[in-house]
Amino acid sequence: MEFKNLKLSKKTTFVIWVIIIAFIIAAPSILPVFRLNLLGRYLSLAIVALGVDLIWGFTGLLSLGQGIFFALGGYCAAMYLQITSSSEFPNNIPEFFGLYGVDNLPFFWEPFRSPIFSLFAIWVIPALVAGMLGFLVFRNRIKGVYFSILTQAALLVFFNFFNGQQKLINGTNGLKTDVTQFFGQMVGSESMQRNFFWVTALLVIAAWFFSKWVVKGRFGNILIGIRDDEPRVRFTGYNPVLFKTIIFSIAGGLAGISGALYTVQSGIVSPQFMTVPFSIEMVIWVAVGGRGTLLGAILGAVFINYAKSLVSEALPASWMFIQGGLFILVVTALPEGVLGWVQGEGPRNLLQRFGLKRKIETYPSLEIKNEIEEIKK
Amino acid sequence: MNKNTKALLSLENITVSFEGFLALNDLNLSLKKGELRAVIGPNGAGKTTFLDVITGKVKPTKGDVFFKGKSLIGRKEHKIARLGVGRKFQSPRVFENLTVKENLEISVSTPKSPLNLINKNIKNEQIDEIEYLMKIVNLSNKNNLKAGSLSHGQKQWLEIAMLVGQRPDLMLVDEPVAGLTDEETDLTADLLKSLSGDNTVVVIDHDMEFIRRLDSNVSVLNQGTVLCEGTMDTIQNDKKVIDVYLGRPEE
Repeated sequence: MEFKNLKLSKKTTFVIWVIIIAFIIAAPSILPVFRLNLLGRYLSLAIVALGVDLIWGFTGLLSLGQGIFFALGGYCAAMYLQITSSSEFPNNIPEFFGLYGVDNLPFFWEPFRSPIFSLFAIWVIPALVAGMLGFLVFRNRIKGVYFSILTQAALLVFFNFFNGQQKLINGTNGLKTDVTQFFGQMVGSESMQRNFFWVTALLVIAAWFFSKWVVKGRFGNILIGIRDDEPRVRFTGYNPVLFKTIIFSIAGGLAGISGALYTVQSGIVSPQFMTVPFSIEMVIWVAVGGRGTLLGAILGAVFINYAKSLVSEALPASWMFIQGGLFILVVTALPEGVLGWVQGEGPRNLLQRFGLKRKIETYPSLEIKNEIEEIKK
Repeated sequence: MNKNTKALLSLENITVSFEGFLALNDLNLSLKKGELRAVIGPNGAGKTTFLDVITGKVKPTKGDVFFKGKSLIGRKEHKIARLGVGRKFQSPRVFENLTVKENLEISVSTPKSPLNLINKNIKNEQIDEIEYLMKIVNLSNKNNLKAGSLSHGQKQWLEIAMLVGQRPDLMLVDEPVAGLTDEETDLTADLLKSLSGDNTVVVIDHDMEFIRRLDSNVSVLNQGTVLCEGTMDTIQNDKKVIDVYLGRPEE
């Protein structure tokens, strides 16, 4: 049972994909509306988790501030929906502006009247913000735990800023999307939510393939090189600042898409998206699923969140203990995460412990065998 | 402008002070193109700091470094590397989670920009180069093994191969034979000798047998300055060098 080098045959891969696609198409018919909505939301979280895996699992940048980019994507989507659905309100601007005596749309929201601009803004704006923040930090060679603290501080700055801006973004109340209109339908309606589920599922798959493409080959190898020994990369003639900025910006863009999808499926975006625990949770999903595996990030995000909602329904208030326990378990027993354990030596070691599998041959004997084979040739 | 234009590399009055401690003290050294130069000296003589200054890791407090007539002071590490200065570290520093082949790909690839790496495939002549390098250092049959699973000696050789793959004009090699067997040491010495001529090579080491085998000019560093320069025989008969470094044979 060699899991890592096990190449799934074309047929098996095909069958797995057929099952996945069949499930995505059929899910709205199988699952109750409430569960479908939860699954859709958790799938959208898988996209931000992919970004976390790219920057942390591959490049070694532990960001505790991905909530910033997640929320930015959410705000872009929500504001577009509010503006397009504001024709019956005074001044043709979203209703909440009236509460604070604002008569004109703030200038920076003007471009969000355009659907195309908004569609790009959802990922381009978070990517740009991440790129700028990243460039300044990386250029000054801030790394390791200092980088983590800095991203968390940035998160708090954004959180407090967004909380206080009633006149621009409705402050702490956030922007509701449930009763807005999109393609002539209400966003919160059942049929619209079903569409969002399908779009989310497709985008998760697309984001996964995109991430795989990014880390495949030499670019991905440089990221791993930066994670393991950054000065060595420098002395080989590469500029790590550029590579780190690019990957941090990509992760920001993914977080933005994720936030937008999460917003339309939960019906609201608010500064709560930028709380400290939420951004830490994103890291936990990836740690549990398996750092540097990409698929582990997706599975971690979806399963942990689903478990969270199931556990919270059955035993309210116990989830925090379970999540904490899960994190301790991963740190102490499964440093590679669940998927990393499965792909690595984990299953074989377990079988060996129970005497069900022969011990692996040691290095010297392998070398002797190689030599013998060379002589045979 | 550098007065001695024939030199590939020249260090002029380099002083490096770490909070008052002089790691390098008014060091002057120059290298001709194609030269093989050994640098020896007791622990703390400033050998590694000397490499740090050339590669941009440490900024000297005083003095200037010229490489191909250009000053290296104030340039970033990766810019200096692209100018043609390659470095092998004291303990082998290979990327342990990448395979032997991937390690070499990193060093051989040009241009070293993110865009080139992400949307272009490695060039055919670079693949040939990698095959050739693996053959030289005897790692052809381990091309898909993680570098972390190699033995110490194999890591040293992989790092030397990575250095060669970078095609630098100046190779700085820090203790290439630390922890190698005698046989491996001899092979490494021959490899480095064969590289000089086309390349300019600076070797730092403690192993006198190895240095002797290199059969090159030797600079002896002590307390941050060059104590003596010359062939191995001159060095071994120099009274100052014997006092500070080699020790008297009778004792």
